[in-house]
Amino acid sequence: MEPALIKSRALKLIHDPTMTIGLFLALLLGGVTILGGWLVPHDPFQINMNNRLQGTSFDHWFGTDQLGRDVFSRIIYGAKLTIGLGVFAIMIAVVIGVPIGLFSGFIGGRVDAFLMRIVDGILSFPDFILAIAIAGMLGPNLTNLIIAIVLVRWIVYARVVRGLVLAEKEKEYVLVSKVSFSSAFKTIRMHLIPQILPDIIVMAAIDVGKVILLISAFSYIGLGAQPPIPEWGAMLNEGRSYFQVVPSLMIYPGLAIMLTVLCCNLLGDGLKNYFDIRKRRG
Amino acid sequence: MRKTLSIVASRLVQLLIMVSVLSFVTFVLMKVTPGDPIRDLLNVDDVVATKADEEKLKKEYEFDQPILVQYGKWILNVMHFDLGESIISKRPVIEMIVSRLPATIALTTGGMVVLFLLSISFGTLGAVYEGRWPDFISRWVAMLGASIPSFWLGLLLIYFFSLKLNLLPVMGKGTLAHFVLPSITLGVAMAPMYIRLLRERLISTLQSPYIEAARARGLTKERILFLHALRGSLIPLITMFGLSIGSLIGGVTVIEILFSWPGMGELIVSSVKQRDYPVIQGYILIVGFLVVITNLIVDLLYLVVNPQIKQGKETV
Repeated sequence: MEPALIKSRALKLIHDPTMTIGLFLALLLGGVTILGGWLVPHDPFQINMNNRLQGTSFDHWFGTDQLGRDVFSRIIYGAKLTIGLGVFAIMIAVVIGVPIGLFSGFIGGRVDAFLMRIVDGILSFPDFILAIAIAGMLGPNLTNLIIAIVLVRWIVYARVVRGLVLAEKEKEYVLVSKVSFSSAFKTIRMHLIPQILPDIIVMAAIDVGKVILLISAFSYIGLGAQPPIPEWGAMLNEGRSYFQVVPSLMIYPGLAIMLTVLCCNLLGDGLKNYFDIRKRRG
Repeated sequence: MRKTLSIVASRLVQLLIMVSVLSFVTFVLMKVTPGDPIRDLLNVDDVVATKADEEKLKKEYEFDQPILVQYGKWILNVMHFDLGESIISKRPVIEMIVSRLPATIALTTGGMVVLFLLSISFGTLGAVYEGRWPDFISRWVAMLGASIPSFWLGLLLIYFFSLKLNLLPVMGKGTLAHFVLPSITLGVAMAPMYIRLLRERLISTLQSPYIEAARARGLTKERILFLHALRGSLIPLITMFGLSIGSLIGGVTVIEILFSWPGMGELIVSSVKQRDYPVIQGYILIVGFLVVITNLIVDLLYLVVNPQIKQGKETV
């Protein structure tokens, strides 16, 4: 890409206020996630019963919890876990779902129709309940929750990608590529993937937010991260008997979840505008 | 009539596929899981279990048989409306779930009322003042609503309205006041999607010829909006409701736990914690049934409000 083109695209990206706020939040959260270990002022697991349920102070910015642990350190440390797992789960779902959707849509035929019938049947079932059932059968903990999320989410990507491929497949440039003796693999790589990539990126950005909401909700109801893991939803669960005494135990972890999900939604919306997805799809 | 029958048939096929695939997957998962449900059960009371006890229980729950045999037996029982009995409480699963159903439906209805009020007001606001500051507010309400964890919103509401202001009960079920906070929480969690959808529909409806004609006839702005445009834009929302009944059942689970609401969601979460497999299996079956039946009703309603489909002019 020429420098001038890169510059004009970057300007277009920043010009959108949605995207600017989204990018700012992403930089902040990304920085905290990566540098988390060096940023924490206290050991997030250090119990200190003499110092429990303290309010905000110079030493403890967000106060301390029922076991005297520093809430600020736990939230920063938890960012790595909550955001990292959300991104990781969606990455795996994309890596499994997209190729299957690509080939199923490209090859088509009866097998494709049969598979999609089953997929539609599963997809109309609530994903939250399916995740509960899978996590329930495997046993409630964080690893099994991630397995459950991947098992549920990859199907969505396969379904969406297949639909996009079916629509693109009939267009002339794919036909041209086919009659010029390109292999199926080459046609998919050279023509279809660049066409559907923006849709996948937008979907994945919004999905990371959804998965973070799901992980924290599961941890809150006790089916996800177990104490003393400082996952944000688990922190809310652990501290829920003490909210009346120390409201900061309730405020900060929830705020962290909301800002992270907001960031994902803003980025998703901003990217949707940037790629002009609605216009391209008519 | 033929159209109606074909809709019913295709929904029944969907129900069969959904339930058989999902129940089979959960059966297999149960089998491959390292922890043994029988040993879990025996260890509950911290009594040392003998090998004979274990064998006896395994026979009782038929865990000693091959998985396909177990699955086949379960399917046969389901056909007789028998979902087995809970490992923990020994009560019939179907009775346990059905007795929880009214509480969940009541809460869901409350949530729908809030959802309806929110989407109509903010959706209309966004469409009528498109591109101006009320539209901006509508957009941010939807954006924040989609980003806030519902259980956290519930916690904040409890904190301010119950603990600080002492206006509403904290949890449980009984009076109408108990409905307020859980319904708001559920409604806000579901609303963003509907606000955006209604706004978009309304914008395109307001540009359509029949609205132009109404304007030309000299009808007032309010009359056009509420009598004509809004009514036309609500039809797609019906379909949307069918599609989101699943996330409604999922979303209500967390809210039931938060407010100690004695519904189905509370039952399933405690069953998962105790690994009460028959209850989990039965729950999947009943949720699948509810989702498909709701969609069937939505399909048929759509047929009533939009007779074009019946004449085959439009496909569902």
